[in-house]
Amino acid sequence: MNLPLYLDRALFVGLPYAAISVCLIVSLQRYGWRMFTYSSLSSQLLENRTHFWAMVPFHYGILAVLLGHLIGFSVPRAVLAWNGRPLRLYVLEAAALSFGVLALIGLAALINRRLTNAKMRAVTSAMDWLTFALLLFQAASGVYVAVFTPWGSTWYAAVVVPYLWSLFGLNPDAGVVTQLPLAAQLHIVNAFILIGLFPFTRLVHILVVPNPYLWRRPQIVRWYGSR
Amino acid sequence: MNIRAQISVVFHLDKCLGCHTCSLACKNIWTDRPGTEYMWWNNVETKPGAGYPSLWEDQQKYKGGWDAGGKLKSTSKSRIVANIFHHPSMPTMDDYYEPWTYDYQELFNAPEGADQPTARPISLVTGKHIDIEAGPNWDDDLGGSPIYAAHDPNLAGLTAQQRQQLFAVEQLVFFYLPRICNHCLNPACVAACPSAALYKRGEDGIVLLDQKRCRAWRACVPACPYKKSYYNWSTGKSEKCILCFPRIETGQAPACFHACVGRIRYLGVLLYDADRIREAAARPNDELIDAHRSLILDPFDPEVIAGARKCNMPESTIAAAQKSPVYQYVKVWKLALPPHVEFRTLPMLFYVPPMAPVMAARQGDALNHVSQDLFHDIEQARVPIAYLANLLAAGNESKIGYALRKQKAVRWYRRAQTVGDVDAQTALRMLREADCSAEEADAIYRLTALSTFEERFVIPAGHRELGVEALQDPLKHKQQAGFGFIAGPRRGL
Repeated sequence: MNLPLYLDRALFVGLPYAAISVCLIVSLQRYGWRMFTYSSLSSQLLENRTHFWAMVPFHYGILAVLLGHLIGFSVPRAVLAWNGRPLRLYVLEAAALSFGVLALIGLAALINRRLTNAKMRAVTSAMDWLTFALLLFQAASGVYVAVFTPWGSTWYAAVVVPYLWSLFGLNPDAGVVTQLPLAAQLHIVNAFILIGLFPFTRLVHILVVPNPYLWRRPQIVRWYGSR
Repeated sequence: MNIRAQISVVFHLDKCLGCHTCSLACKNIWTDRPGTEYMWWNNVETKPGAGYPSLWEDQQKYKGGWDAGGKLKSTSKSRIVANIFHHPSMPTMDDYYEPWTYDYQELFNAPEGADQPTARPISLVTGKHIDIEAGPNWDDDLGGSPIYAAHDPNLAGLTAQQRQQLFAVEQLVFFYLPRICNHCLNPACVAACPSAALYKRGEDGIVLLDQKRCRAWRACVPACPYKKSYYNWSTGKSEKCILCFPRIETGQAPACFHACVGRIRYLGVLLYDADRIREAAARPNDELIDAHRSLILDPFDPEVIAGARKCNMPESTIAAAQKSPVYQYVKVWKLALPPHVEFRTLPMLFYVPPMAPVMAARQGDALNHVSQDLFHDIEQARVPIAYLANLLAAGNESKIGYALRKQKAVRWYRRAQTVGDVDAQTALRMLREADCSAEEADAIYRLTALSTFEERFVIPAGHRELGVEALQDPLKHKQQAGFGFIAGPRRGL
């Protein structure tokens, strides 16, 4: 799918830099000056029945998919080598697709839970709705691409990852990405919109995953000053 | 020895009249904000009863507290990874109640008609009309007890006859259990928090929650076996009783203490050995009361005083510990017992078990003041000792019996002195059998019945100046403190 050159430039060069800059600066500013607003804003207290069936599939699905994208981004050659044998390619694609579908189902359940329960609607802001809409589009377009334009794991590593690296190398080259099918291009653009909006949404809770819990002592005592 | 100070409290259940003044004092100061309406940092329950949140004592359901192996029941380092998206033992608002208000304009705006106008309840969560199905005191004074109180976990181990007797018409009996955060020595909420937002203050042992660090992983709510950590659904942060630390630091009793009509509440410092906490919490159920008590150190012992000084404890705190009414009730007189010590959080709130139902136990024939077995009423009490033992002594009936016998002996001793229908010899024999000297009986009587504000609340100096000195030049601090910007607890997007 071909777009006018200026639009290509805006969507695949301008937008990524703007989104990543905003994400970094505002996330840090929010952490430093508005730390109180960092919260997962759990709603489990208000509704516990469908909570499990929405939260668990969504989080495991989306985390696995994100991890897959990250692995492809960091070691594209290893992914290509892995995909060299058809059986291994099928296994990877099937796993990726199932986690994508899991995330999509969880997200649909999550949005349904927010729509149908009066208590849930009371704790859902306009920004939450926008976030859910963007996430839904991202997950749906991802699953669509995975199903209708095989084999994504290979062409992601071969086509999209060099583009992403070119962004990080400050030598942006949208190149072949602009030739991808429309769904794939929308998936990429929407990802950057999500990154740009990230610090203004509840998604910031990803940044405060409580990993120190795994190695801290059980009891905590705080004294005035140092001791 | 690692000697620390703990602000501890005693609630004298024999004096509680169930007026809920404490709850309202707390509510008006701390929990009338959006998202906190359903919280009662201080609540008063009728026992036997289901309590608030409903059946909070049932750890099969809520998984609160620690097991004997020193592991949390609700979570662990490995389980938190899986539970972070959905906590399996998280209570929901239905276990508490949906808070409501009324639109009183409906009373004024109602068109004239044959019926009285009504104001329908409006949910404080959704803002829509609701039908009230539960409240924070739904079974107050045994209301609906065949449905609610019949499921009280403390009734475990009682015979069918005892249970029937508890709820029989014209015989039924109840008492009140006021509850706040116990500011435990081995707090499960602190140990469960993935973000390390909860902590115990070193200087006075108050357990606090740093809302800037809280990320709503909500592990503290199931972990606390007393359900005294609450999730604010509006701000997305947990909150809990802070023992009114801004009042304590300025020498005032916490609001619920200050407001208590029955003067049932005592507050003072206990010195304890922090190095032995884990060991004490791991003892078998029947040794827990003694192990817990053994952590509390004698503030008059020169060795303890020297140890406390070595741990940088201010002299004023040691002096406060020596005047502590809590030390008398808990350690010296052994009248006050911790609630559900089998949850192994080592609560630092102690209850004097209630006497009144014992005295009313005898039906038909009049009380025989010169009975040979002067304590037999206690065994025949309408609130069975087994029930009180489940609540306050991990099932150890001898601990309850001891506290009740001593209270009764003191009553009779006083009766011999003031009314005179009990002869002095009998009174003294009762004291002896209750392991109580005449001086001790006088002291118990004084602190129970006549104590002043200053005797009930012995609050150590906060010594914030020491904290300031540790961080900054006090003169600079003085110049900089005073004006500033306060950010309200606004929910994140």
